[in-house]
Formats: sequence, structure tokens, C-alpha cells
Amino acid sequence: MKRFLAAAAAALSLAFTSPSFAQTPPNVLVVGQIAEPKSLDPHAVTAVNDFRILMNIYDGLVRYKDGTLEVEPALAESWTISDDGTVYTFKLREGVSFHDGAPLNAEAVKFNFDRMLDEEHPFHDTGPFPLAFFFSSVDTVTAADDLTVEFKLKEPYAPFLSNLAYPTGLIVSPKGVEDNGADFGRNPAGTGAYKFAEWEANAKVVVTRNEDYWDGAPELEAVIYRPITDANTRIAEMLSGGLDIMVEVPPDSLQQFRTDDAFTVHEQAGPHLWFLILNTKEGPFASKEIRQAANFAINKTALVDNILQGTAEVAAGPTPPAFAWAYDEDLEPYPYDPEKAKQLLADAGYDGETLTFYVTEGGSGMLDPIAMGTAIQADLQAVGMDVKIETYEWNTYLGLVNPGLEGKADMAEMAWMTNDPDTLPFLALRTEAWPEQGGFNSGYYSNPKVDELLEAARRSTDQDERATLYREMQSIVQEDAPWVFVANWKQNAVTRASVEDFKLQPSFFLMLQDVAKPQ
Amino acid sequence: MSAYIAKRLLAAIPVLFGLTIIVFLIMAMIPGDPATAILGSYATPENVEKLNRDLGLDKPLLQQYLIWITNLFQGDLGRSYTLNRPVLDEVLERFSATLILAGTALVLCSVLGLIAGVISAVRQFSWVDKTITLVVLIGISIPSFWLGLLLILVFAVNLRWFPASGMYAIYGGGGPLDLMHHLFLPALTLAVVATGVIARLTRTAMLEVLRQDYIRTARSKGVSENRVIYRHAFKAALVTVIPVIGIQAGFVLGGAVYIETVFQWPGIGSMLVKAISTRDLLLVQGGVLVVAAAYVLFNLAADVLQTVLDPRLR
Repeated sequence: MKRFLAAAAAALSLAFTSPSFAQTPPNVLVVGQIAEPKSLDPHAVTAVNDFRILMNIYDGLVRYKDGTLEVEPALAESWTISDDGTVYTFKLREGVSFHDGAPLNAEAVKFNFDRMLDEEHPFHDTGPFPLAFFFSSVDTVTAADDLTVEFKLKEPYAPFLSNLAYPTGLIVSPKGVEDNGADFGRNPAGTGAYKFAEWEANAKVVVTRNEDYWDGAPELEAVIYRPITDANTRIAEMLSGGLDIMVEVPPDSLQQFRTDDAFTVHEQAGPHLWFLILNTKEGPFASKEIRQAANFAINKTALVDNILQGTAEVAAGPTPPAFAWAYDEDLEPYPYDPEKAKQLLADAGYDGETLTFYVTEGGSGMLDPIAMGTAIQADLQAVGMDVKIETYEWNTYLGLVNPGLEGKADMAEMAWMTNDPDTLPFLALRTEAWPEQGGFNSGYYSNPKVDELLEAARRSTDQDERATLYREMQSIVQEDAPWVFVANWKQNAVTRASVEDFKLQPSFFLMLQDVAKPQ
Repeated sequence: MSAYIAKRLLAAIPVLFGLTIIVFLIMAMIPGDPATAILGSYATPENVEKLNRDLGLDKPLLQQYLIWITNLFQGDLGRSYTLNRPVLDEVLERFSATLILAGTALVLCSVLGLIAGVISAVRQFSWVDKTITLVVLIGISIPSFWLGLLLILVFAVNLRWFPASGMYAIYGGGGPLDLMHHLFLPALTLAVVATGVIARLTRTAMLEVLRQDYIRTARSKGVSENRVIYRHAFKAALVTVIPVIGIQAGFVLGGAVYIETVFQWPGIGSMLVKAISTRDLLLVQGGVLVVAAAYVLFNLAADVLQTVLDPRLR
């Protein structure tokens, strides 16, 4: 017995000291994900976490130019837009094939959009496709010849191109869908820089180098995505050598990585806006002066520096600066000025009425919502506004806020991440986007001039013209203050020092085509 | 005996049945639905309605339940909305991971707890007893998720003896040794509280038994002290301790929920937490059903074991 125990102990100590787990091998990149992916079918998913894998397996017709939110050719070499903005004709790249050997051609592209949009399509039942409405403006898709595909839109729709660059626009292999049906999401095939190799549930997704990638084969042999839901565990794995990259590092831990030479911290502002919806229909916030007073009263710099510890920047208006081409550089954030706020409140005749403030416990893009809500409450209290907080779990919260604040609350926290400067204002600031009409304008803001500008920007196919319209919209909305503009989040990531050429993108997608890890 | 077991198993069926109804109702009553959870900020009424229709959630509640229960009898637990795979596959995979973790923890806490309790009782008031009592008290009082993080910090981050998370190594993994390597820290963390409880109880039970007349008789007849303690006293004390181990099995299974989250153990606890927050009704139903069935079986096993050990209960 004793001898057996001794032998077992020896065997164990051998096993436990083997260094195999401590270091990740060269040319294999291990990425710490925040959750298990739902599916690797780009048309079936909605989570940024899943997009981080998909953007490396698939390509779209177009993609975002490195470091920007402007589109450039990808699977489509070039395109033309008809003068009325309703017909887009794409010329496809020649000689590209999917990972399963099937050729990329106009029929394949048509298959992708028909599957999502046409309920009669034989493979429509391989969905559901929750974000298919990104392409609801598409009327028909036609394969004009083998490498020419034509999209006819129901009406001019300027964000169409940037929606094509979004993961919902990635092109899947029709053969893969035909062979696997609803299980395509577990056996994906695209044209991207990495091929799908293995998915072990709750442990890892492995993709390997596509030697025939049309844009040049990547340096890495393989990328392994590991789902680790708990942020502390993710940090422990990063510190103990089990990960090469981790994303969404909590602000508290970022400092620790910054001071350690073994790691590099990356940050990149993205198309994110954290704001407060104000109920402009009833109660104190029906008055523009009181809405402006709230913007002056809240110390956004303190929120960003102290609570978010520098992981965000103060927002100036409704459009995040990451949309550089459409952003109004001259827009200055509302300064922190409690005296001015008090003055405005007095002028508007605010009578100290209690305000109900909806706060969420968490949720996509919401950063640190409870701490932020409490700090905002204190700032408003300081200028004499009595604020009562009501806190809800995220899904419950969306169920309360999305149908509109009328009769329930005066203000609510909200955050959006979008891929086009059109999306957020169009869905949340127009008169026609009031909740009863199916939009997200939960605070009932209405300004005919803003409606007109947004409609025109959506119809224009000229980027400069659109930019002018968006800039004008931003200054009007800032002045009207239907929201309190609080913060633009900076995405962060930490990489091991041996990881080369890694760069975060303003799109928040994780592009690994050019990354190397020689040791 | 087998008639008794059969009766107990039959009695479990209405319990499980009622449970599925309760879970179904609770999931229907809490605000928010899967479509809203999936669509997030894009959850317009129009989009939600369409997605609910695609997911088959637009049907009346009773009809949804009947479909579910009919499928259940055919061994089909449905398909998870969030994972896009059959619930049964996911639940079985996750539950076996939990069983490995909880089973190891249960063995650890039983063995350690019994040994510590017996030593404590036999050497009552000695420094050994005092040390064990102190350690046990600390063990009972430490919040296990905190202990888990601490163990990760010391043994994974600083010493690098054990991996910080997961069940198998990500490359070149697999096999029982790799599993044990990954299992050690979470199983230990999970076992700590139960070890304390079992040790305390064993100590009390042993002290109780050691004061009995028949122990004195055995000693006076010249039976060796080892034999008195292990054959006469320990066996009698075990009768009191076994049901507690049965209850601890339940606690260990429950405790696995947060230990699994801390160590990223792919078990059913962390699966349920996620499934509830994403309103993945079918996954919650399947998971709860399997966990509840396991509870019933554990309790039954403890009762049966007790009957075997204690002739008075037969």
C-alpha cells in the first residue's frame, strides 16, 4: 500500500510539473473569449463575441478599411451604384473558393441573401436569422453573370454598403449549408483567412491557416478560441500563460497589465455611445432647458476617469467620433457646470419634482451601469434634482425601456454599438421611430429638421454629402438635448509580448489575418 | 429492499413532473423573452415578434408545455436557442462534467472529514483536536468562491503548478492525468466546506458512541483500542454521519454552480446560470430536470446505505 502511494505520488508530481500547459506553442494564438459561441453561421448570430471568430473564417463582399469604418473591396473587386441609389452591381474577385472547395460566384452570393430574406427559400429553415432586417431594403438579388451580382433595393438606402461589411453580410458556402442544414453553424465553411477545424463544446474552437487565402495566407498556423465567462478567471489564465490575447479587460486589472513588460495593452475607441434617454414627452424633461441642465450637471469627466478608469472618453453628441468621416469635430461636450445647471433649472421653473431613473444591472455595452447611475444621481442631487433609482436585470430592463418611458420613468441608461452613423439616430431619434411605430425613440424626441436630415442622409449615395447632413444633425440634437451624452467606450485587449502586429479595429471586430506569434 | 427502492423511485415521478411545470411557469413569468435576449438593442416589437414566431414561442403556453412533455417522452428535450444544439447533448455533457467534479469533491470531503472527525474525537481536547477544530472552523467559514480565486492566484498564477481553468489542456490534453491535474483545485475548493461539516459531525457522533456502555464492555473484555474505535465505535457513528453525507452531496452539487464559474469548469451549474439569464427555456428545463433527478437518486442512495448499515431501520 505504501509503495503504491509513493508511486502514485511520484506519477502525480511528474504530471503536475509538466510545463505543457504553462506556455502556448509558437505560431498558435490562444484567444480568451467571454462566452461559448452560439453558432459559427454568421447569419444566425448577434453577439460581438461570436463575430470575433466569424470575421476570421469568412469574408464579405466589402470590409472596413484597416483602422477605419469606411468600406473597401473584399470579395467584390469593385462596384457601381445607379444614380437613383437603388441598384448596386458588384464585380466579384476571380478564382476565390470556399474552404470546402466550392467556387465563390454570383450564384453563391445570391444564395446567401435569398436564404436570409426569402421565407420560401429551401434553406430558410436553417435560421432563424435575427439580424436579417439589416438587408430588409433588398428587393431582389440577381446573378447577372458568373462573377457579377446585382442587388436591387426597394428604396435608396445609404448604409447598405456598411451593412455588407457587418458580420451579417459575410458570405457562407452554399454547399456547406446544403450538406449540413441547420448544423452548418457547427460545420462552417467560408472564404476567410482561417479554416474551421474543430469545435469542442465549452472548451475551444480551433481554426487553421487557409494556405490559399486570396489576400495572402496568414502567419499563424492556428487560432484557438477559449470561452472563459468569468472575468477574474480570464485574467488568471492570461497571467498564468494559458492565453495570448484577452479582450474586455475590466478597468481594475488594466493597470496591472500596463505595468508588466510581459504584456501589451491595446485600446481603440469604437462606434459606441453610452447615454441617458430623457422622457421629452412628459414631466420636467419635456422642457429643453431642464434637459440641458442635466447635461451641464453631470460630471462626465469624473465618470470616465474615476468609475470607468479611463476606458472611455467623454461623448459630445449622438454620433461617436469613431465614425471619423461623419463626425463633427467642432462639437464640444457639455462642460461640467453645476452653477449653469442651477440657473437653467431656476429659469425653467423646475419645482423639485422627483425623477424616476431606470438603471440596469448589466448588459451589452453598458459598462458599469450601477456605479454610473449612482454617480449621476448624486450629480443631479447636487443641483437640486431629486432622483429615484429603479434597478432591473438587463432583459427585464429592455422590456421596460424599449416600449417607451411614458408613464413609467423620466430617464433611462442606454448604450449602443453600431456600424454606420445612420443606425442609431435613425432608429432612436426620429419622430417615426417612436416605440409605437416600432423604433427605439423611447424618450419621444421629435424635431422635423432632424427627421428631414436623417431621411436625406439615408437616400444619398455620396459619402461627403451624407457627412454634411450628419454633422448638421449632430449640432441640432446636441442643442435639443433629448439625451444626456455621457461616454464613448474604448475597447481594450491585452496581448502577450510575443504577439506581433496585433491591432484593435474601430469596428470592434477582432481581425487576426496579419498577427504573428513566432515564439 | 427492492420493493422499497421501486416505491421511492415511483414517488419521485410526480415530484419531477410538478417541478417541470413550476420551472416552465417561472420562466414564463419572469420578464423578458429569448427573442429580446438574442436581439439585444435591436429588439424592436416587430423584430421580437418575427423571431418568436421563428422560434415557435408565439404558441399559447399550455401548448408549448404539451409539446415539450410529449417530446420528453420520446427522449427529445428540444433544441437550445442560445447554443443551437440539442438540449440533451448539452445537458448530458455538462452533467457528466459536474458529476466528475462533485463526485471527486464528495469523496474528498467524506474521506478527509471522517478521518479528521475520528482523530479529533479519539484525541479529544489534545492539541491535535484543537488544531483540527480550528482548521475545520476556518474551512466552514471561508466563502468558497473566494477560496477558489485565492487558490488560482497561488497555485496557477504564481507557482504555476495547476492550470487556472478548464477541464482538459487546450492542446495536447486529454487522458485521466490531465483531468486530475485540472480537477484538483476546483474539487478541493468545493470540498472544503463539506469537509468541515462532516468532520464536526463525525467528531460529535464518535464522542457520543465512545461514551456508550458497550464500548466500555468491549474495552473491559480486552478488545484492542484500534478494534474498539474502528469496528465498534466508527461503524455505529457512521449511521449518523451517512445521511449528512447524503445532504452534503446536495450542497456540493449546488455549490458546484459558482465553483464551476470560477474555474470555468464546463458543468451544468454554469450552464444553468447562463441559460436563465438568456431565457433559454428548454435548456433550463432540461438542466433542472436532470439535476432534480440526481438529487432524488442521491437521497435515495443515502437512505438505502443507512438501512444497510443500521439493522434497526430494516
